[in-house]
Amino acid sequence: MDLSDEYLENPVQEFEFDSDGSEEQELPVKRTKSKQLERPLKIIPDDSDSDSSDSDDEGGAINIQNMEARSRAMDERALQEAAIDAEELKAADAAEDGDDLDVNDDEDSDAEPFHLPTSEEREQEKSSGGLDVVVIQRRMRQCVRHLNNFRKFAGKGRSRSEYVEQLMSDIAQYYGYNEFLAEKLFQLFPVSEAIEFFEANETPRPVTIRTNTLRTRRRDLAQVLINRGVNLEPIGKWTNVGLQIFESSVPIGATPEYLAGHYMLQAASSFLPVIALSPQPNERILDMASAPGGKTTHMAALMQNTGIVFANDATKTRVKSLTANVHRLGCKNVVVCSYDGREFPKVMGGFDRVLLDAPCSGTGVISKDSSVKVNKTERDFTLLSHLQKQLILCAIDSVSPESKTGGYLVYSTCSVTVDENEAVVDYALRKRSNVKLVDTGLSFGREGFTQYRGKTFDRSLVLTRRFYPHVHNMDGFYVAKFKIEKRSKASPNDTRAEENVDKISAEQGQDDGFISEEDQPYIEGTCSNRGQTLVGLTSRV
Amino acid sequence: MRPLTEDESKAVFAKLANYIGKNLVHLIDRPDEPYSFRLHKDRVFYVSEAQMRLGISVARPNLISLGTCLGKFTKSGKFKLHITALDYLAQYAKYKIWIKPNGEMPFLYGNHVLKAHLGRITEDTPEHQGVVVFSMSDGFGVTARSTVDTRKLDPTAIIVFHQADVGEYLRDEVCP
Repeated sequence: MDLSDEYLENPVQEFEFDSDGSEEQELPVKRTKSKQLERPLKIIPDDSDSDSSDSDDEGGAINIQNMEARSRAMDERALQEAAIDAEELKAADAAEDGDDLDVNDDEDSDAEPFHLPTSEEREQEKSSGGLDVVVIQRRMRQCVRHLNNFRKFAGKGRSRSEYVEQLMSDIAQYYGYNEFLAEKLFQLFPVSEAIEFFEANETPRPVTIRTNTLRTRRRDLAQVLINRGVNLEPIGKWTNVGLQIFESSVPIGATPEYLAGHYMLQAASSFLPVIALSPQPNERILDMASAPGGKTTHMAALMQNTGIVFANDATKTRVKSLTANVHRLGCKNVVVCSYDGREFPKVMGGFDRVLLDAPCSGTGVISKDSSVKVNKTERDFTLLSHLQKQLILCAIDSVSPESKTGGYLVYSTCSVTVDENEAVVDYALRKRSNVKLVDTGLSFGREGFTQYRGKTFDRSLVLTRRFYPHVHNMDGFYVAKFKIEKRSKASPNDTRAEENVDKISAEQGQDDGFISEEDQPYIEGTCSNRGQTLVGLTSRV
Repeated sequence: MRPLTEDESKAVFAKLANYIGKNLVHLIDRPDEPYSFRLHKDRVFYVSEAQMRLGISVARPNLISLGTCLGKFTKSGKFKLHITALDYLAQYAKYKIWIKPNGEMPFLYGNHVLKAHLGRITEDTPEHQGVVVFSMSDGFGVTARSTVDTRKLDPTAIIVFHQADVGEYLRDEVCP
């Protein structure tokens, strides 16, 4: 990793296709980029128009005089966008038809056809201290193009995996990931989407706040903040408490309204698990890993300060900020405690709903905390998913199946990897026969994987939801909602949690699934070998 | 977590009464639900009975907070109100002060209220009376105590001594 370290020290550069190296650029790519820049303004791609009209309502700026002008402007904008889209399509087609177009446009090195370095060349490159960023960038672009249309572009005698390998190591170097994580994330997406994902991790997500409905209403809050010089807009149709901050002349985390608990600084993705859980008044709720309290206070607000919310967090230091937030937002129905989540059904059970926002690797929030790029190893992922599996079973056991109004568990992580999400959920489904997945009630998000790199998960995992920074413009996130039913008498695979988790994690330690049936002949083979040598020894003796 | 002793409740009630006077009764006899005062790790919590019963199942070292934290007992046995009690104090306060927008930030940074910043005040507030400080627009505020024979004072004179304010959520982050 001596190479990538060097790049880490430099400020992270944006993946600009039209940077200094080649002024004259192929048209289509450039267009795509301009579209990308527009994207951060909207969270859900589909209803951008309605969003902006929403905001006008909030601001109160709309009136009969300017209404017509506004709608005309809106129509115009839509037309323009359509035109751009059409142009883009045409350009993309053109690029696919004749690649001589961009070969001519690129000034120097691309005049000769793209050459994928052989393994020796890569070794050499590594020892010589790595290439220029611009060169790597160009090579990545070429690799993506080749992989997207492999049959047409691929060099003779080079396999697809060679290109992929080269691309992954370039990504690791260019964006400053360690190779392990780059590979892990790369495998989640199709090639060009993966680049988008890595690119989205370099830009920060919009700042969002959640109105505390215990203290104020969104309309009032928006008005007050606008008066303080904050430029804001509702996040989207799916929530009626969220506001997105575009720019602010005052520190948004220190206004008198913030101190008085009128709102909470909270990422848009953090709304999702609570919306999925949809706590009802007078229920008993558990938040297993709650600090710093964004979701806890959201739940308390939804329950209008009735019932009871147990906010638990294992870390004592984080509990302090949790308590402060709970009190600041005026949630009077919250009991704050500090247990290891795994002790939970023993401390107290019989909850109507449980939220498990599990500790995770944070691969969904790399834009917030880029240290994840280098400090996560395979071992971390094994340990984390082990912990998550233990926690999810404890969470399931804490839910009361007899609950009249609830009996739900929501599992969420701010990670995008499969072994922290689908694998954990699938594990829970296998271990507890009385749970099943239900619809999360979220109107958007990608469906969870049902199969991934040779692993097959339960079919109901399509009901879970994934969220990505480059698609939804919020942190990478995963939400699954379970319904816990009464245990039937005959539940053969219902065994105790801990030892099974240990076994599973041990299996995972040695790479992908260890299937004992398949390996039976080999095991027997080695056994008999050993037996023979033993026999030989004894006979010799 | 345990109920308050007689001395302790006397200290707590005396302090509360300084701010909300006779309205203290409303805290003790609530029409909706029985509420109780509980002491946990020197802090006094005001919590509904139902919630308290559930809270009992949490072991003492692990329990951090429940209901509303009213304040804490200092090592010398005095009771000090916390800003977290503001909700109840504001609701029942007898004497209130409204400060002008330009006085908001100085107060939230922990300063006393000057006469110049005074917007409105409850009629005939006596000296050394606990008051709740509000901003002009809406009702967030902070507890303090005031000397009010202030009509004649010059604009820079202090009229409210600072006790606690919501800025503490930011400055200390360890409030309750």
